[in-house]
Amino acid sequence: MSQRVATTSAPPSTGKRTLTLAQSQSRFAWILLIPTIVVVLMVGLFPLAQTFYFSLTDARLASNRPVNFVGLENYLYLLQDQQFFRTVGNTVFFTVVTVGFEFVLGLLIALVINSNFRGRGLMRTAILIPWAIPTVVSAQMWKWMYHDIYGVINDLLVNQFGIFNQNVAFLATNTTVSLFAIAAVDIWKTTPFVALLLLAGLQVIPSDVYEAADVDGANKLQQFFAITLPLLMPAILVTLIFRTLDSLRVFDVFYVMLGNRRDTQTMAIYAQQSLVNFSDLGYGSTISIAIFLIIALFVVVYVTFLKIEEA
Amino acid sequence: MSRTARNLIGQIFFYLLVGVILIYTIFPFYWAFISSITPNNQLFATPVQYWPQNPTGQNYALVLSNNNFLIALMNSAIVSVSVTVLALIIGSLAAYALGRFKFGGRSVVLYTVLAMTMFPQIAVLGSLYTMISAFRLYNTLWALIITYMIFTLPFTVWVLTNFFKAMPRELEEAAYVDGATPFQTFYKILLPLAAPGMVTTGLLAFIAAWNEYLFALSFTQTPDKRTVTIAITAFEGVTASSFEQPWGQIMAASVLVTIPLIILTLIFQKRIIAGLTAGAVKG
Repeated sequence: MSQRVATTSAPPSTGKRTLTLAQSQSRFAWILLIPTIVVVLMVGLFPLAQTFYFSLTDARLASNRPVNFVGLENYLYLLQDQQFFRTVGNTVFFTVVTVGFEFVLGLLIALVINSNFRGRGLMRTAILIPWAIPTVVSAQMWKWMYHDIYGVINDLLVNQFGIFNQNVAFLATNTTVSLFAIAAVDIWKTTPFVALLLLAGLQVIPSDVYEAADVDGANKLQQFFAITLPLLMPAILVTLIFRTLDSLRVFDVFYVMLGNRRDTQTMAIYAQQSLVNFSDLGYGSTISIAIFLIIALFVVVYVTFLKIEEA
Repeated sequence: MSRTARNLIGQIFFYLLVGVILIYTIFPFYWAFISSITPNNQLFATPVQYWPQNPTGQNYALVLSNNNFLIALMNSAIVSVSVTVLALIIGSLAAYALGRFKFGGRSVVLYTVLAMTMFPQIAVLGSLYTMISAFRLYNTLWALIITYMIFTLPFTVWVLTNFFKAMPRELEEAAYVDGATPFQTFYKILLPLAAPGMVTTGLLAFIAAWNEYLFALSFTQTPDKRTVTIAITAFEGVTASSFEQPWGQIMAASVLVTIPLIILTLIFQKRIIAGLTAGAVKG
């Protein structure tokens, strides 16, 4: 412990002295950053560059066969690959459905929690639980609930509420039914997260704005559209972009519930299958780069939207 | 209609909505739990029973005597704890630099870190696979510990940077006047103050690592190296009939895997919410 009390007064700082201080601080900061930079280069940027390189070759996974440079051949193939476009379609469909439902339901839940009522804390805790459990576990739980003979969802729909005449095979043959069934799982699991993000946005809206609106005789609905929605817009946009990015790379829930089924594949599953199952490092990397570019587009929008303040 | 009557109807409608939301949120857990204590002969029978006639702990006994599952639990714990500790050590150093110092290139690093928090893991899967094979790490826990840094470290740096930035300037100045070096200032003064932020980010990193699936699926192979997310999808029950997966045991395992996370969430819910919103909304 070197807790010496400074007995002498601090020397007057000259221009030269501040410069050296700034320089030494800068050097110290970069030293602190070294481990992070090494890790990010090692598991992020270098592999990304290597993936791009692989995408221009016919490389195979775990193979000693010499690698040939094939130029843009993989990319030309990708542009004609119907399965790839099907996976893009599935992923976009899934993204639109889940993000749409999660936003509407999440906003509803956020508004409910934001209004003061008894049991509010309990509710905030309850909705955190689906967020905390592994996607894989929630997929298994829903897979059992969807079971075409013994599943509780079929029992509720057919026997308890009489909505359908006969059991539905949610995860079997029909592509649209399967996609909606999977979307429902994601909506259940992720709506709480959306609600919490929107709730954080709601809580920074000052209450005197509403009091003024009350005085002016605006009803609750008018207040919602004239005050809440515009002031919540930044939080809404961030949430939507964040969720879109997440949905576009969806893997776990589809893989656990439907495996490698061709008609319901997502982009990430197609890439994983090409890379690991088919050992097609070249073409799998091409799909990976395509996914990366699609997602990067959204990240650029997101990062510019956030506008990190300059210190 | 009188004003009080309208208010009452509004209240009833509101609490009905609260009830529906709660049931929607909790029912799948209820169902997993009910299924886990239902004997097999009632589980695979119609009509579906909403409460088992004679509840059984048999599924839990089977799961807890299933070696593959226990090893997977242990593997997940080792990987998640290692990843969390590594991310916190490396990340807090970087966050200190980014949050407390001005230097050329700082914003480039910050932008890179923020962009990396949304990095699609699938984009580097093939390349990481070849790296892991080259270093002979395929089918080891090391492969997971190293690769999991890609989604835990940038997030940790980003959230902790915001924590460090929020601390008052005077603290460091007082320390410098007392003759402390920047590094002493860091670990004696700022780091203890950042403890709440470390707990938050540590929890989120732990949960993210515990829940990971894609890398675990691609980089491990044998049951002794599986993590719990893989084990729970590869359940081969001891008493499974030839036609059905052992759903009772799968649900028991699901409950067992979920309970620690629920307890963590309940204890630290305020911090988790703060961390989630700091990670996503901070601008």
